[in-house]
Amino acid sequence: MANKISDETIEYVGILAKLELSEEEKRQAQEDMGKMLDYIDKLGELDTQGVEPMSHVFPVHNVFREDVVVNGDDRENMLRNAPAVKDGSYKVPKTVL
Amino acid sequence: MDILSLTATQLGSKIKAGEVSVTEATEAALAQIKKLEGTLNCYVTVDEEGALRRAKEVQKLIDEGTLSGPLAGVPVAIKDNLCTEGMKTTCSSKILYNFHPTYTAEAVKKLEEAGAVILGKTNMDEFAMGSTTETSAFGVTRNPWNTEHVPGGSSGGSCAAVAAEECFYALGSDTGGSIRQPSSFCGVTGIKPTYGTVSRYGLIAYGSSLDQIGPVAKDVTDCAAVLEVISSHDKKDSTSVERQDTDFTSSLVDDVRGMRIGLPRDYLGEGLDPEVKAEVLKAAETLKEKGAIVEEFDLSLVEYAIPAYYVIASAEASSNLSRFDGVKYGYRTQEYEGLHNMYKKSRSEGFGAEVKRRIMLGSFVLSSGYYDAYYLKALRTKALIKQAFDRAFEKYDVILGPAAPTTAPKLGKSLSDPLKMYLGDIYTISVNLAGLPGMTVPCGTDSHGLPIGLQLIGDCFKEKNIIRAGYSYEQARGAWKAPQLTETAKKGAI
Repeated sequence: MANKISDETIEYVGILAKLELSEEEKRQAQEDMGKMLDYIDKLGELDTQGVEPMSHVFPVHNVFREDVVVNGDDRENMLRNAPAVKDGSYKVPKTVL
Repeated sequence: MDILSLTATQLGSKIKAGEVSVTEATEAALAQIKKLEGTLNCYVTVDEEGALRRAKEVQKLIDEGTLSGPLAGVPVAIKDNLCTEGMKTTCSSKILYNFHPTYTAEAVKKLEEAGAVILGKTNMDEFAMGSTTETSAFGVTRNPWNTEHVPGGSSGGSCAAVAAEECFYALGSDTGGSIRQPSSFCGVTGIKPTYGTVSRYGLIAYGSSLDQIGPVAKDVTDCAAVLEVISSHDKKDSTSVERQDTDFTSSLVDDVRGMRIGLPRDYLGEGLDPEVKAEVLKAAETLKEKGAIVEEFDLSLVEYAIPAYYVIASAEASSNLSRFDGVKYGYRTQEYEGLHNMYKKSRSEGFGAEVKRRIMLGSFVLSSGYYDAYYLKALRTKALIKQAFDRAFEKYDVILGPAAPTTAPKLGKSLSDPLKMYLGDIYTISVNLAGLPGMTVPCGTDSHGLPIGLQLIGDCFKEKNIIRAGYSYEQARGAWKAPQLTETAKKGAI
């Protein structure tokens, strides 16, 4: 395997991805990601110099609209999906100590 | 009359003529669901009560003359990544196990306006990430042609439900082949339209620049009719395209004389099962006999599509799936210390292995230091792939090839080697990268009796070419057979 994913990299990616992995999962992730990157490195064979990165297949631009509220107040229905609610708001653990 | 064996548009005509009531059709589908779900598991949610209530309402609107379209009263199944107001929508993930959307996806809304009766929500690979429907948190779906085999994925529930006549048609979504590959494995017809044709509003996003919703049905006529209904320019989806040419049923014409059809040699080489190849080439021959000009050509760059796709799709997924954090909806972990720990634990416990794998890869390729080497490189590759298709469509109206290199694999054989599973998407993935329309039409079976699908690819906005080619092929092929379920499968026991 050409791409060796270090323990530090897996820790860092775990932080970016907001995932808490067990030791076994980390080891598996290192192996999987290394294999995938080896495969993805195939793209290196292609000469892409001067080629514009294509994020969208059609030449479309930003789509603007007037800043007018068109949807109704759906607060009650939306809160019904929340795991925890307090006083008409989403409830989360204390963030400011 | 056997209601279940009717196509969606045939049933629609019979309902219109008063030969079948909407309730009869809905009850027939629900009875089939009851009979087979114990074995096949095509659905995550079946809304029996809602469907029967809706059937009565729709019948009334038909009788009044308010509803008169070809799909009025026809029962449909919806992939479980499309939001349905008040009806559980899970993406086959534990993290959304109890999510009840507050609005309905635009494509589903269009079907409702046309008089559809929603039977329920179909099983899929978790967040549409997979090729077998085995990554669902709610159990695997089995292939109606042989219950030891997978239905394909990620729209495996939708395709298996159509094949097993547990609905008259279904909606799926296709990010890298998720309509076309399971359609091939289940012997049904499915279209992935040109990017931007169907609004993605209410489709729970995986890879936003690649995702498209499309129909899964028993034949090309049904697919064209459904696509005509769900296509729309929607201001709520900023990538939605304004098109005037969405009268797709007008191209249900049995005539391919002079149509230029290209067979990419790159799609017929190493890795392609010889039985699949033989049936696909036979289908090409059929179109040639009907007057099409068929020739082989080199498409090029095919082997770069999969690596480019996994960089782009994973990058977009890592961003799209950051909204699942245990705060606003879905699963929240039981014990946690502080906000960040709650996010991390909810996500780690709520997502399955394949989803985590892609979120990790996506986070990595977008991270500073790797962004240029991986993400931008993939976007540049995408531009080259698009150019290769542009060149091909200067010479051809339609590109013809297989939808998948093999027929459906056995259950449990794919997930242990993800990379190998990804390679199975080789013929479908580049179509998403280039934003093109593609369709699968059943063209034969292998020596084990498993279906083989033909893929027809058109240039952007040229669905009509592939619909005409598919329809003409279908006329020559003749009626397609339904899978023969074994007696044990019919009884709901494997």
